[in-house]
Amino acid sequence: MGALTPLVVLLPLLGAAAALTQARHPRIQMLIAVGVLSTVLVLGIALLVAVDANGATAVELGGWDAPFGIVLVVDRLAALLLVVSAAVLLAVLVFSVGQGLADGDRETPVSIYYPTYLILAAGVFNAFVAGDLFNLYVSFEILLVASFVLITVGGTELRIRAGTVYIVVSVVSSVIFLAAIGLIYGATGTVNIAQLSVRLSELPPDIQLILHVMLLVAFGIKAAVFPLSFWLPDSYPTAPAPVTAVFAGLLTKVGVYAIMRTEMIIFPGGALNTVILIVAALTMIVGILGAVAQSDIKRLLSFTLVSHIGYMLFGIGIGTAAGLSAATYYIVHHITVQTTLFLATGLVERHGGTTGINRLGGMLKSSPMIAVLFFIPMLSLGGIPPFSGFLGKLALFEAGAQDGSVLSWILIGSGALVSLLTLYALARAWSMTFWRHADEVASYENPLPAHSPMGVATDVSTVRSTPRIMVSATAAMVAVSVALTLFAAPLFDLSSRAGDNITGPGYYITTVFPGALK
Amino acid sequence: MNASLALVAIMAVLFAVGVYLLLERSMTRVLLGFLLVGNATNLLILIASGPAGAAPFFGEEGAMADPLPQAFVLTSIVITFGISAFLMALIYRSWRLAHADDVQDDAEDVAVGRRGASVAAEREVEGDDTEFGTRATAAVSTALDLDEQERLQDQESITEQLRLRELMEDRDGDPWAR
Repeated sequence: MGALTPLVVLLPLLGAAAALTQARHPRIQMLIAVGVLSTVLVLGIALLVAVDANGATAVELGGWDAPFGIVLVVDRLAALLLVVSAAVLLAVLVFSVGQGLADGDRETPVSIYYPTYLILAAGVFNAFVAGDLFNLYVSFEILLVASFVLITVGGTELRIRAGTVYIVVSVVSSVIFLAAIGLIYGATGTVNIAQLSVRLSELPPDIQLILHVMLLVAFGIKAAVFPLSFWLPDSYPTAPAPVTAVFAGLLTKVGVYAIMRTEMIIFPGGALNTVILIVAALTMIVGILGAVAQSDIKRLLSFTLVSHIGYMLFGIGIGTAAGLSAATYYIVHHITVQTTLFLATGLVERHGGTTGINRLGGMLKSSPMIAVLFFIPMLSLGGIPPFSGFLGKLALFEAGAQDGSVLSWILIGSGALVSLLTLYALARAWSMTFWRHADEVASYENPLPAHSPMGVATDVSTVRSTPRIMVSATAAMVAVSVALTLFAAPLFDLSSRAGDNITGPGYYITTVFPGALK
Repeated sequence: MNASLALVAIMAVLFAVGVYLLLERSMTRVLLGFLLVGNATNLLILIASGPAGAAPFFGEEGAMADPLPQAFVLTSIVITFGISAFLMALIYRSWRLAHADDVQDDAEDVAVGRRGASVAAEREVEGDDTEFGTRATAAVSTALDLDEQERLQDQESITEQLRLRELMEDRDGDPWAR
């Protein structure tokens, strides 16, 4: 079963190549993309079942032995994230197909959209299974370059401006990562993650600290951790709705995943856990304060995205099995729910012509379906009891309470406050967009700045039809997020097994080196 | 481990100059900075990999150079190359659209900043340091300085020419222009 792992990366790359050859036939490209992602989803589920039953697998590519060749490692965490990200990528792809068909490909005007999307998928999948640091670097580059193309797709002035910031910041983080790899290789003579976890601990503590900080800064920029999160709310909202959805769902989580691996396997001592906890609290609070002040739904959601990265860092910073399990569940929840919210916002934009909440109104009457599709993930993100957001936060708070340190209690407090503020910001956006009557819009005096780069849209009264494919893709994502609640017990068992696996490097090392490690 | 001091010095200079250029506002300088920093990182990997030696796999055990870092460097050169190409396209696109190649402010930030400052003062600051700015002065600082009036006229005619060229190019049908 594990031998199928390389296919997860290869299929999207080959699919991208095949799609490029069909540049003049968008329909064939679309079929290739949907087919490839569905296959990867099935493969991912098969891998998850196999790994959960038989334990993690490591594949040595090209037959080169582990420390010298490239290793792909699939443990429960990687398999779980593979499945979730494949599902999300597929749903967003279907959504963008619907949008493209309806708009006459206005948002996705060029033949490179589907190939680039598949390459992005390959980068994300590769990052989850990479067993050595350099392969992780390469997968970051794959997904970044694909994301550069997607964020500037169409090449309008607004997107070029937003893309510039994103690209420069990403490139700097990649350089830091590569320099860290060079130094790590110089210090230890290996880039294999399993071997590093042993060899790095033999280095003097100050050198360890430098390498550790360099990796965390590089990943922190990608994961949009405060104070390295400034680029995200500036660049994400201008991209087309499906692109923003997939970026918000996946790209930052790849950074969080890399931080998780760094903290648990490469530097297992937890030397920087206090720093991570403090940064987690700041990320939560600063992010949500930004969200409260926004009058544009896309920007608002970008700020909540930054804010909720803090919860995952909280789980990682606790460093216990319970904390990691909770963080794993939270990542799964957040990938699903944040993507769904961005897709629902795409529907709002399509239906109302803008995403500025000052200029929207009366949509509950004109489109009750979108109202529901926005409402459910909103409650989930805000942490209202039956939904997955509540379960994830509860698990995190339990893990924090078990830890019992002062810092953990501060984080529990700020976590509760932030979830309340998330609910406040989102509920205000929802009630203004959907609940109030359309005739109240003109007379409304807004306390929030009306100026918004995205608010330059068309006349609000022009209601366009929303294609059924877009609505069904969003509805499917909402169904998945509800399923996270319905099947919370098996999923939580799975994520606690995944969390157990990565508490400490032992399990990972024996996976990559079944014999003794030299 | 013995490292060549010359290589270390070159790496340090490349990093310093590259970081300085990365901090500039002009995208062209950011691109140059990225190239320098990328090459500095490649040098770093090469230095960290130890001394030079015989060709890997063919040389004797012990005298061989470490092949792995060279593979790293090769990969990262290719990646740097690709990203540079993309950045150049981006700079050109930005120049076509906005006649500016600088990293522009977030619209929201500008809106907040405007509360204090006058728009005119902001215009003055904006775009005074681009590589292709229409208001660029002579490259040589000792060059003959034209009259203020003449210079303004000069710039107007340049702007006009650029606008006309833009119009003509648009008429040719740019598939990206929307």
